[in-house]
Amino acid sequence: MAFDYDKYIRPGKLPHIWCPGCGHGIVMKGLIRAMDSLNLKKEDTCIVSGIGCASRLPGYIDCCTLHTAHGRAAAFATGVKMAKPEMNVILCGGDGDGTAIGGNHFIHACRRNINMTYIIMNNYIYGMTGGQFSPCTPTGAKASTTPYGNPDPGFDIAKLAIGAGATFVARGTAYHAAQIDKLIAEAIQHKGFSVVEILDDCPTTYGRRNKYRSVIDMMNRLKEVAVPVKAAEKMTAEQLEGKVLTGVLHKVEKPEYTEEYAKVIQRAQAAK
Amino acid sequence: MAKKVAFLQGNEAAAHGALYAGCRFFAGYPITPSTEVAEVLSAELPKVGGKFIQMEDEIGAMAALIGASLTGSKVLTSTSGPGLSLKQENIGYACITEVPAVIVNVMRGGPSTGMPTGPSQSDVMCAKWGTHGDHPAICLVPASVQELFEETVRAFNLAEKYRTPVMIMPDEIVAHMRERIVFPEPGEIEVVDRKGPSVPPEQYKPYDTSFGDVPPLAAFGSGYKFHVTGLNKMQDGFPTTKAEIVQAEEERQVRKVEANKADIMKWEEYLCDDADVIVVAFGSTSRSARFAVNEARKNGIKAGLFRLITFWPFPEERLLELSKKVKGFITPEMNLGMCTGVVKGCIEGNAPVLGIFRVDGEPINPDQILDKMKEVK
Repeated sequence: MAFDYDKYIRPGKLPHIWCPGCGHGIVMKGLIRAMDSLNLKKEDTCIVSGIGCASRLPGYIDCCTLHTAHGRAAAFATGVKMAKPEMNVILCGGDGDGTAIGGNHFIHACRRNINMTYIIMNNYIYGMTGGQFSPCTPTGAKASTTPYGNPDPGFDIAKLAIGAGATFVARGTAYHAAQIDKLIAEAIQHKGFSVVEILDDCPTTYGRRNKYRSVIDMMNRLKEVAVPVKAAEKMTAEQLEGKVLTGVLHKVEKPEYTEEYAKVIQRAQAAK
Repeated sequence: MAKKVAFLQGNEAAAHGALYAGCRFFAGYPITPSTEVAEVLSAELPKVGGKFIQMEDEIGAMAALIGASLTGSKVLTSTSGPGLSLKQENIGYACITEVPAVIVNVMRGGPSTGMPTGPSQSDVMCAKWGTHGDHPAICLVPASVQELFEETVRAFNLAEKYRTPVMIMPDEIVAHMRERIVFPEPGEIEVVDRKGPSVPPEQYKPYDTSFGDVPPLAAFGSGYKFHVTGLNKMQDGFPTTKAEIVQAEEERQVRKVEANKADIMKWEEYLCDDADVIVVAFGSTSRSARFAVNEARKNGIKAGLFRLITFWPFPEERLLELSKKVKGFITPEMNLGMCTGVVKGCIEGNAPVLGIFRVDGEPINPDQILDKMKEVK
C-alpha cells in the first residue's frame, strides 16, 4: 500500500509554493516518513524555520509550527526546547538562512548540543529572492549578484557543524530520496544537536544560470557527486576529487543541554 | 507579620518583580548597564524550576524568548541601547504574532555604543518606532526602585493581557541606584495570566477575533497545534495577502492597545491643580523635577509635576486639558527633545513648551529646572 502522507499534511494547504523540479518537496516527504516511522505525536512536535523557500515547509505539516525571522530558527527553537524539553523540536531551512544570516545561531546550537534536529536544504542559492549567491554557492558559479562568477569560497555545512560541536551530522541528496527519511529518523533519535544536510537543487534560479538545461541534469549532478561514506573509504584522494560524502558523517555522545540544565535546577534547589 | 524589606538596586528589583509576576524564562546577552537583571535571574530562576539561558547574541535572546513564550511561559529579557537596536527585529515579530514578552531596557547614552555607563532617556522613541511597520507600543518609565519592581509586575500583566511585547525603560540612574524596597506579599499586587483557549484543539484558531481584539493564546505542547508566522496572517494563523484581511488585522493589532489606553496609561499629578507651570518629566529626571517644584512653591511660584509612568501610550488627552489653564510646560529630559516633541504635538499650541536637554551623561539638576521656570511668563 502506498504511504499515506496526508496523515501529516495540513488539509487545504497544498499545493506548495515550490517550483517544478525543486527538491524541497522530496525532503518534506522524507521528513514525514521519518516522523511516521518514529510515531512522533503531532501535537508534541514543533517544526521551526526561518525565511526562504525551504522555510515554508512547516506551514504544510500538521504540527506546532513556527515560521520565524530570517536566520533565527535555531534561536527560536532553542527557546521552545529549553522551556519545554519534552517536545520534539525539528528545524528546517535553506543554506543562506542557516549559514549566512543565521550562522551565529547555527554554530551555537551545535555547541550547546541541545536535543533538536536541523534539516538544511542546501541548493547553493537564495531562491526566494531570485538567485543571489549564498555562502554555499560554488566558487566561480553564476548567480544574480555574481554575473562574472562567484569570487567567494563556500562553506562545507557538515564540517562547520562538526567543528562547532554538533554530535550527529549526516548528508543526503534530493536524488537519493529513499535515504532521506532514514537519515532524518536517525538524527531525531540521536540525543543531542543533529544536523542533516540535504543537497538540493534550484533549477529556477541556479540551474538556468549554470548550464543545467533541465531538472534531470541537476538531479544527475546530485547522483554523480554523491559518494556514500563506506564506499569512500576504499577510494583514493584522486577518485574523491569533486565528490561529496553522503550518509552519517559524524556521531558521538556528549552531554545534552536541557539535561545539563536540569542538573543546574537540581543544584540551585539543593542550595536553597 | 512585618513585610520583607530590602535595600536593593533597581536592576535587582526588576528581576524580583519579574519573579513576583511569575516569570519562568529569561534569555539575554550581557550588556551594561542592565546585566544585573540577568545575574539575579540566573541564580533565582532555577530555584523555582524556571529556565535561564545566555544566548549567543541579542537577536537570539529575543528569538528564544518568543519561542519560550509560545510554550506558555512568562518571559523576560534585559538589555540596553545597542542591544535594543538588535532586538527590534524580533520585537516586531512578537508584535505581529501577538506573543507576550517583557523587555527591560536600561537607557544609556547613544546612539551606537555611546556612553555605556552614563544615564540617558533617549530610547523612548525607539520603544515606539524602533521596529519597522505599524504596531502597538507599551513602554513604562519608572522613577524609583520600588516602582521598578511594581511596574515590572505590571509590564508582565499588560503583556499577558494584551498579547504583546511590553518594554520597561528605567534610565541608568534608576536601574543602578539603591533604595529601600518593601516586597509586596503574594496576592497583594494582581498578577494576570494570558487567556487560554476555551475551545477544543480542532476548533482553535490563534487569532480568533470572535473572542475580541485579544484572542486566546494556546501553548505549544498542550495538545493544541497551530501555525505562527511573521507574515501577515489570517485568523487561523496562516499567511495571507488578501487586502481586506491584512488591513483589518493590522488595525486590530494597534487597536488592542490604543482602545485600552485608559487601562494601560499611568501617571502622577503632583500639585498640578492650580499650577501655572507644569514640569513634565519621567524616570530619574522626575526626582529632580519634584525637588524643583517644591523649591518653587516655597518661592511663591505655582509649579506642578506631571510625572509619566507610562510613556507609551502617551497621556495626550490629559496634557491637552491641562494646557488650557497653564502658562507653560517645562520638559527636562536626558535626550535632545523626545518627550518635548510629543508634548508639543498634543497640546495644540495652547502653551509654550520649554525643554531642558542633557546628553552629556550627567543628570538634570533641580537648579536647571528652577532657572527655566523663570522663563515662563
